[in-house]
Amino acid sequence: MPEPLVLERDAYLQLVAHSYDGLPLEACGLLAAEPATGRVVRCYPTENEAASARVYTVPSKALLLADRDAEGRGLVLAGVFHSHTHTAAYPSPTDVAQAPDPAWHYVIVGLGEGAPVVRSYRIVAGTVEEEQITLG
Amino acid sequence: MPAVRLPTVLRTHAGGAAVVDAGGETIAEVLAWLESAYPGLVGQLRTPEGTAHRFVNVYLDDDDVRYLDGLDTKVGEGSEVSILPAVAGG
Repeated sequence: MPEPLVLERDAYLQLVAHSYDGLPLEACGLLAAEPATGRVVRCYPTENEAASARVYTVPSKALLLADRDAEGRGLVLAGVFHSHTHTAAYPSPTDVAQAPDPAWHYVIVGLGEGAPVVRSYRIVAGTVEEEQITLG
Repeated sequence: MPAVRLPTVLRTHAGGAAVVDAGGETIAEVLAWLESAYPGLVGQLRTPEGTAHRFVNVYLDDDDVRYLDGLDTKVGEGSEVSILPAVAGG
């Protein structure tokens, strides 16, 4: 199992809240980490350009702005989150096929089981590996 | 010369740099310059036909070059070109 994802509590709360705010559509956003520790300390909620309950697209402009903002704070973009409105918090074939970065964390918020289920994955060359999430 | 901002996924092909000073007067020339300077980027930015990959977005300063002149967009001195992966899924 890979190293756990350390997720700062406010970023965690923000990504869960944004996932609920997006209903009935999928919600998405970006995550930024401290380069030295890998700790995810910032969440950038974005629009879902696909405006769909089944797929998501982070607007490229939002990615650009988040990248610049993160760099200005000494952070680096380190992952993306999105919600699954009715299915389990596991990467879909579309998620695996479209994952751009083997170093990124792919966080999925499952909203189909009552309480939100937040899980994180690495997706490397089409292979999915779950990583533990530690809040801190 | 334009500064080119690379996404994390491509930085390993460019010696780890987040921003590189590139040559070229159009977006197409900048992409060709990057491929020439960093052979690991060959096939990552453009299709064999020379068009930008559909999963790569290219910005000149704050504008998506698709809404400018595409790969023929002129790049001025001091401009920033950003290469962004398409981030999407299901």
